[in-house]
Amino acid sequence: MSRVLVEVRHVSKRYGAVSAVDDVSLDIYEGEFLTLLGPSGSGKTTALMLIAGFEELTAGEILIRGRSIAALPPEKRDIGMVFQNYALFPHLRVFDNVAFPLRMRGAARSEIAQRVRESLRAVRLEGFEQRLPRQLSGGQQQRVALARALVYRPSILLMDEPLAALDKKLREQMQVELKAIQRELGVSTLYVTHDQKEALALSDRIAVMKAGRLVQVGAPIDLYDRPADRFTAEFVGEANLIEGLVTAVGDRLVHVRVGERLDVAAEPCGDVTVGRRVGLMIRPEAVEARERPEGTPNEWPGVVREVVFLGDLVRCVVRIGDSVSLKVVRQYQKDEVTPKVGQTVTVAAPPRRWTILPSP
Amino acid sequence: MALILRQAHPLLWLASAVVLAFLILPSVIVIGMSFSGSRFLEFPPRALSLRWYAAYWSDRAWLNATLRSLQIGGLVTVIAVTLGTLASLAVSRRTLRGRGALRALIVSPLVVPSIVFALGLYSVFATWRLTGTMTGLVAAHTVLALPFVLLNVGAALYKLDPSLERAARISGAGPVRAFLFVVLPVIWPGIASGSIFAFLTSFDEIVIAMFVAGSSPTLPKVMFEGIQFELNPIVAAVSTQLILVSTVALLTVEWLRRRIAQRIETDYTTQETAP
Amino acid sequence: MTGRPLRQWLVLAGPSVLLLLGVYLYPLAKLVVLSLGAPPGLATYGRLLHNDLFLTVLVRTFRISAVVTVICLVAAYPVATLLTRVSTRVAALVTIAVLLPFWTSILVRTYAWMVLLQHNGLVNKLLVGLGIVANPLRLMYNEAGVTIGMVQILLPFAILPIYASLQNIDERLHLAAQILGAGSWQRFWKVTFPLSLPGVAAAAILVFVQGLGYFVTPALLGGSRVITLAMLMESQVLEVLNWPLASAMAMVLLVICVGIVASFERVLGLERVWR
Repeated sequence: MSRVLVEVRHVSKRYGAVSAVDDVSLDIYEGEFLTLLGPSGSGKTTALMLIAGFEELTAGEILIRGRSIAALPPEKRDIGMVFQNYALFPHLRVFDNVAFPLRMRGAARSEIAQRVRESLRAVRLEGFEQRLPRQLSGGQQQRVALARALVYRPSILLMDEPLAALDKKLREQMQVELKAIQRELGVSTLYVTHDQKEALALSDRIAVMKAGRLVQVGAPIDLYDRPADRFTAEFVGEANLIEGLVTAVGDRLVHVRVGERLDVAAEPCGDVTVGRRVGLMIRPEAVEARERPEGTPNEWPGVVREVVFLGDLVRCVVRIGDSVSLKVVRQYQKDEVTPKVGQTVTVAAPPRRWTILPSP
Repeated sequence: MALILRQAHPLLWLASAVVLAFLILPSVIVIGMSFSGSRFLEFPPRALSLRWYAAYWSDRAWLNATLRSLQIGGLVTVIAVTLGTLASLAVSRRTLRGRGALRALIVSPLVVPSIVFALGLYSVFATWRLTGTMTGLVAAHTVLALPFVLLNVGAALYKLDPSLERAARISGAGPVRAFLFVVLPVIWPGIASGSIFAFLTSFDEIVIAMFVAGSSPTLPKVMFEGIQFELNPIVAAVSTQLILVSTVALLTVEWLRRRIAQRIETDYTTQETAP
Repeated sequence: MTGRPLRQWLVLAGPSVLLLLGVYLYPLAKLVVLSLGAPPGLATYGRLLHNDLFLTVLVRTFRISAVVTVICLVAAYPVATLLTRVSTRVAALVTIAVLLPFWTSILVRTYAWMVLLQHNGLVNKLLVGLGIVANPLRLMYNEAGVTIGMVQILLPFAILPIYASLQNIDERLHLAAQILGAGSWQRFWKVTFPLSLPGVAAAAILVFVQGLGYFVTPALLGGSRVITLAMLMESQVLEVLNWPLASAMAMVLLVICVGIVASFERVLGLERVWR
């Protein structure tokens, strides 16, 4: 089991009456890739700035390897950081950019040369030493920024939406590279983004933030399958969200009445009691629109309302009864018949794919 | 640059030409006159000669005044740029409280008529016995030069990406080293511009000098006395040289401005084609 | 950034603030005190308001400034418009033509006008030679001369803000107006001119406020015949040694200038003048 590297304990940052970060506690383990995920204004960047030392804590403490860093200025915290617009020093060549941290620490010239070479090799930019930042493409600049952040082997690497300025294809390429570099070097990384696909692709764990508070922390698959609340469910992927009243609680199944007549069976999770109003979440890819009923639990008749063909996926919206619409997503299979608008289908949503949310 | 450049009507050209001529011709004529060979200033000069330049360069009083203005100007530039750059750093920190008030305070001398400022200084310097001293004049001129430094350095700082300084800090540089190694090399054109403004503000300043310069006059003061009651032709030679200095200064500042603009454009364009 | 705000304030802003306190705010405060006399009261101001000389000079100063402002606006607008309609290269040249006098010392420019406007100066020689007038005009030591000189000196202050506001007008508005059927004169009146008014206002304020406080140009071009407020203040201090009266006048001038600038602060945005 990895050791805890960074402890964030009850950290708050207030600007006057506004809390940008509200009582956040989080542990970051050695070697892990942890992402702070949230919409803009959720406090994720502020949290990063607090750890880096560019903002002062209003409350709480931050420890790195057991030592409080609140009194340390940024240059003494042994942290590496990559910024959204790369922040390469425009007047210095690539070599000098990457060498900068080492020079600030008074390293010997030979050591500097060797480490810079290694760092550039790790980001696959050997041979670029004499270029100026403005001669590099966006992706290249980002890699130089990464090389500069890692050249002095910091305890932790902070990344503030580093890929946001790149276009989609390039971003996806860089995500793969980033993950590979992180894994190879084993450097603990705290990554900030609002892009949930990016978070899912890169992270060992994700910490979801909203309005300054930490909502849920866990591995991507846990967040995806078992979101803690409505917000997380919708933020980390697409979700069908309905609400209902718990009518029965058994050993293996919980029954929830939705609307007038719909009875949904779900696996128990958390503590639910009869009579409670709860939310129900199921991912669109877990819902099936069948031609005929097959007799499995949670099958209902429905009418197809929308069909959208997206190339690799086919998306439908199916209406069940009067009040419930479910999004259904399926991989496009050439030989299968795609549903048509107005068609009657049987909707199947297995109990074990449903997540019960504590509050509607 | 524009998609459709609207035509400039001939009348517009004419009107503008008249105005521009009005703007430029006086200086041009003075330059021409400064080369006149006769004892009177005439344009166009009938005989070309450098006698008035020679007269200036051999006149002790004129040269002393010039030297004094240069000294004061130099000191003012150094002090104003130092103080002004520091203050600009304060004003540019978006989280610092009261930075708006600081900016307003520093820029406010631009709004105060120089005669008012001069009177105030005269009354105060008399008590402090700073009249006629270089210290007094340097201090007063620095107050006048600070707004220009602040505006120029401030403009450069405003365009500076704030994460550059953060990147320097997190890479191990303290506030001073971050400024020296990362911020300064990027904003130096703004500082250079500010220096030129500061120098010229002091070098050309007349109203305060009139009251406070005492018995070691500055160049503008000697010029003023030279033209108040008689149109001393040496002034034409001095003027021409001053116009030359101004032109060089203006062209330098324009060049600096273009350098800043160029740099901003090329630094932050990312070519998204290659990874 | 980290670093306690207080420490930042002291190091970055401290020196400038100290300088401004001692050499700027304190002298101005001293003028206030002097104007209130001993025992402190508004007696001096009362006397000022009944002083015929003061009132005459005040009115004259306002009048000259107002006339100069109007002429500057009228002359500046065509040049500013031209700048928006020519290619970048030509615009650069025109800009230098506008900025060059701006950068030339006031003394040099005033001197140039003195040479030009005197009795047998170039302007009169031209007018008489071309047969426009029979006898040379009196263009110096009167308001006409002062006005002409001040217009040329303050003109760049009018051109730059108007140009800036014209530049800021979205070109597409003109395109839209054209598509909707407006002729070029209509486009100017209905689209360009109204949108340029902030720049025009800024220009007017800049020129007017500076004109009010002018000393050098009126003193040289007007001699003792045209006394402006600044000149009156100077004589009160240097000749009559009437400090209370001079200070009171200084305060009146200061309040007027600051008042005008402050009320139109939004319109001005001083930075625009410098870029």
